[in-house]
Amino acid sequence: MEIEKYDISAELEKRIFVLDGAMGTMLQQYNFSEDDFRGARFKDYPSPLKGNNDLLSLTQPEAIAEVHAKYFEAGADIVETNTFSGTTIAMADYNMEDLVYELNFESAKIAKQVAEKFTKENPEKPRFVAGSIGPTNKTASLSPDVNRPEYRAITFNELRIAYKQQVEALIDGSVDILLVETIFDTLNAKAALFAIDEVKEERHIDIPIMVSGTITDASGRTLSGQTVEAFLTSISHIPLLSVGFNCALGAEQLKPYLQRLSNETKFYISAHPNAGLPNAFGEYDESPEQMQSYIEDYLKDGLINIIGGCCGTSPAHIKAIAEVAKNYQPRLTQEFA
Amino acid sequence: MAEPDCKKYLTLSGLEPLVVTPESNFINVGERTNVTGSRKFLRLIKEEKYNEALEVARHQVEGGAQILDVNMDEGMLDGVHAMTTFLNLIASEPDISRIPLMIDSSKWEIIEAGLQVAQGKCVVNSISLKEGESEFKRQAKLVKRYGAAVIVMAFDEDGQADTYERRIEICKRSYDILVNDVKFPPQDIIFDPNIFPVATGMEEHRRNALDFFKATKWIRENLPYANISGGVSNVSFSFRGNNVVREAMHSSFLYHAIKNGMNLGIVNPTMLEIYDEIDNNLLELVEDVLFDRRDDATERLLDFAEALKAKGSTSTSKDAAVQEWRNDPLQDRITHALVKGIDTFVIEDVEEARLASDKPIDVIEGHLMIGMNVVGDLFGSGKMFLPQVVKSARVMKKAVAYLQPFIEEEKDGKQEFSGKILMATVKGDVHDIGKNIVSVVLGCNNYEIIDLGVMVPPEKIIETAKKENVDVIGLSGLITPSLDEMVYVSKVMEKEQLDIPLIIGGATTSRAHSAVKIAPHYSNTVVHINDASRAVTVVGNLLQKDNAIYKKQIREEYDVFREQFLKRGKKKEYLSIEEARKNKFQIDWETSEIIKPKELGIKVIEDFDITKLEDYIDWSPFFRSWDLHGKYPDILKDSIVGEQATELFADAQVLLKRIFDEKLLKAKAIFGLFEANTVNDDDIEISSVSSSGVENKDEMYRFLTLRQQSKKSAGKPNIALADFIAPKSSGKQDYMGCFCVSTGFGTQELAAEFEADNDDYNAIMIKALADRLAEAFAEYLHKEVRTKHWNYAKNENLSNEELIKESYKGIRPAPGYPACPDHLEKTTIWNLLKVEDTIGVKLTESLAMWPAASVSGYYFANPEAKYFGLGKINKDQVEDYSKRRKIALPEAEKWLNPNIAH
Repeated sequence: MEIEKYDISAELEKRIFVLDGAMGTMLQQYNFSEDDFRGARFKDYPSPLKGNNDLLSLTQPEAIAEVHAKYFEAGADIVETNTFSGTTIAMADYNMEDLVYELNFESAKIAKQVAEKFTKENPEKPRFVAGSIGPTNKTASLSPDVNRPEYRAITFNELRIAYKQQVEALIDGSVDILLVETIFDTLNAKAALFAIDEVKEERHIDIPIMVSGTITDASGRTLSGQTVEAFLTSISHIPLLSVGFNCALGAEQLKPYLQRLSNETKFYISAHPNAGLPNAFGEYDESPEQMQSYIEDYLKDGLINIIGGCCGTSPAHIKAIAEVAKNYQPRLTQEFA
Repeated sequence: MAEPDCKKYLTLSGLEPLVVTPESNFINVGERTNVTGSRKFLRLIKEEKYNEALEVARHQVEGGAQILDVNMDEGMLDGVHAMTTFLNLIASEPDISRIPLMIDSSKWEIIEAGLQVAQGKCVVNSISLKEGESEFKRQAKLVKRYGAAVIVMAFDEDGQADTYERRIEICKRSYDILVNDVKFPPQDIIFDPNIFPVATGMEEHRRNALDFFKATKWIRENLPYANISGGVSNVSFSFRGNNVVREAMHSSFLYHAIKNGMNLGIVNPTMLEIYDEIDNNLLELVEDVLFDRRDDATERLLDFAEALKAKGSTSTSKDAAVQEWRNDPLQDRITHALVKGIDTFVIEDVEEARLASDKPIDVIEGHLMIGMNVVGDLFGSGKMFLPQVVKSARVMKKAVAYLQPFIEEEKDGKQEFSGKILMATVKGDVHDIGKNIVSVVLGCNNYEIIDLGVMVPPEKIIETAKKENVDVIGLSGLITPSLDEMVYVSKVMEKEQLDIPLIIGGATTSRAHSAVKIAPHYSNTVVHINDASRAVTVVGNLLQKDNAIYKKQIREEYDVFREQFLKRGKKKEYLSIEEARKNKFQIDWETSEIIKPKELGIKVIEDFDITKLEDYIDWSPFFRSWDLHGKYPDILKDSIVGEQATELFADAQVLLKRIFDEKLLKAKAIFGLFEANTVNDDDIEISSVSSSGVENKDEMYRFLTLRQQSKKSAGKPNIALADFIAPKSSGKQDYMGCFCVSTGFGTQELAAEFEADNDDYNAIMIKALADRLAEAFAEYLHKEVRTKHWNYAKNENLSNEELIKESYKGIRPAPGYPACPDHLEKTTIWNLLKVEDTIGVKLTESLAMWPAASVSGYYFANPEAKYFGLGKINKDQVEDYSKRRKIALPEAEKWLNPNIAH
């Protein structure tokens, strides 16, 4: 049956959207072994595959679908595809460059099927899929070698080509949104946006784009050294659905940067912070209630249009966030017009 | 979906943002990191002293630059590499990279390379309608996609805007295309409506400043959110050397430009007087000029400038100045004549000096040398350019020639020179423009020059050096085999125990070659000189009394350079020749269209009408041969060398007209089109067809091509020229051609005539022009072949600019150049076409062509054929090649040496 096409932008005028929480944290609970990661298809694959979470879309698709469903049940409007590392660059670690198209295409389809099921059950609350586009494991504007500051492990063109491949597969798998996220090097993100713009032109399509940077610490800058405002200036040349921040910081630490971002842009604002800062054991232990109260502070100040969670967040966190989000009006963007 | 960020201010970023609001007043762009504007920066980049280059950038930021302009446009630089490396280094210096970058180049590929390594929002400098609307749109779209703002020059298909109407017409048209078609954010557009010099004495320059102001105001009122930028120092161009006037002009211009809406630009803060502190009288004179308020505004400002500084130091308006300088004291007149290169009065002035002196020799050692020292100082400090110095030399020579008979009569005086320099173009090479320029420049600095000419064998160099007891030996050469010849000469010199410093120059020579290949063989000093202006300093240092320190310093410098060079460890990976052949450039011969030439066989063109070539001349290399760097026609308006380039160009036109009117040069050409097929991967077999149309089986010729061997990234082929011709095994009959053109017949005689008349300027000029005409002839003939004789591109319609950019289908690579560095291929062309017998162009033992103004090469017609560089090849290919060529391995190594990986 044909699913009605919803206008995401128009929906965002009316209410705050809730994004899902962490995928990795949820998958840990399954305790998948090396054999589980391999499945039947990659039984004899020459390199070790445990830890390649993106691969689970092919070998454990039910588990992926189950995590998506849990987040929708918790009240999420958007789930992210299981494709954070779905580029030839990141997949080189597992010698799986050739699988990139299939990984993205299948991940998109899994998420889309779950979303359509939920939309069908409750057409009043349409559900969406955002294709997750991670930063890769290489930086285009930083040298990995302190003795050779002019050296780069990756070029803009290599990134552009890799991103383009991922984007095409995600669109073929029918995602509703593209989410360029966890940006610690703005130049990587610019290569992703360049690729998306090319695909949009070649295919004569429009697709909403979310951009989410990462402020690494209390310096208030990205890893590649840009301030909030410089980051915003560097990625605003392409029409975006939203701009925001995710990862690295908890909701409490992230607030001043969201405030600065909100002052400067008329794009919608998104945030998906971690469940606090990692504790001594490297675990995120902020409770859903704690996180809910910090997020409620965002909402009271009218900072947010799209809100969710990153590392350490679970369906319980998303449920708590969704409960407060529905009580508040979305941030207004008209004032900048 | 939301619109792009909608504050309608130009917003840029480095690590920090820069918002250009109406309150920002004026955004200053730092421009010392520009190789075309800063000799120092150029030197640092050329020598890869990137750390010091970064200091230049840091100094700019600390000095208050809000945007950093980076330009790497220089002929000898790999611009893409330099831009990428420098911007990558900047990225690791947070105190520099905090401000936005302006990526400045006339080459799109360099701009794109810069955009690909900058995380912030940059400014592209610049694009324009010069190449037409579609290229403009293409570039604008990419600029937008890379997330940059853009400077748009007021320049269109018809040229640069130089009136108010043209300025606003072009800016309006550019704006409409950008905003309506490309959807470029209007606040990201920065117009450069061209700041041109005023007070030049030229009627059409009178409104240059006023029109800029008016156009700026119009743009700000009519093209919403657009910004205005410009290079301010251009305006005072005609007052170079008079900083008081220049600074006042800059301040006043800037003051009014800002009032009219200019909001960013390039200003050297040290060349700026505070507006309110400008002397009222001067300010009025300046503003009369800027606003074109009086007919005599220029003259009044000139008078003021003259009064302000010592006479002669600022005058540029020649008409006004001519009368005046004739009233100066004698020495000033002689100096003026030498500095300005005016020979009209020099004999009468020298005669006056002779009568006033005790001995005629005193005039040379006194008056003339005083003048030439001024020339040397101005040249050394970059205030005079090469063509001017050569003109000065012409005046000097005339003066000396006049005095010579008087000196001989006295028999008691001989000119005391500072040193004796032997100059020679080495055996096998015929190119001497560079050598002659260096000779003239050194001659101007009171060195005695013994010029042995071209194709000088080592024995003659040694013999002359000993007999004349010279102080320095200078070797020059242009073609690659000359590099080895220089090594050989240095070895012979060592064997003969010559203890004379050696200077090396010429287009293919390099510091690396001199340090690695020559210096180790020779005990005395070896110095490489890359431009004529350095020759004077180097020779001066070599000949000073206490030169041990300098010599030691050079030796150590070259030792370090050599070690670093060798250590740089070519980590390049190479394929075996078999592997490289497997990865050849693929053309699908089943579908590829092969067009049979309309006329097969050999054709000769004698007595060609040389005037037809005028439209085909590529002028940029002409200026380069005079050490003036820039692209024609922009170079004529360049802020640094523009005036000189214009003058040189005018002189060239005069001589060119003479060449045409008096038929001074003869042009001849020969070319052939043949059946051809590739055999054994890399050889091309030619079937020579006799004039009767019968294939002559005895006369089978083979062109031997060389194949790229460096390991390529996936999907990139290892190309050889043979890949562009269908292999025999394909069963398809393919074709290729080869040619030789020359416009050099008569050059030597003319140059000799000029030299006899002490006119080195025109002696060099005629050679430079003959070279250009030969290239133009090659271009012309290629076109004729494409559209008539071969007729595979009959509908082609390309402008000269497009020809220069090699936009045509098919290629004409030349042996000795990057795609086929093997000079021996010329012998095959000579045998196949009977070049020497038919048109008289000879090959020297190093396979240089004689006359020098000649071009030879092949024709390939396949649409997929393209130019490429062979790069380095490995031993296995050299061995294979020696067998194919049927020569001994050492000989093959000798000829291919510059391309063999070590």
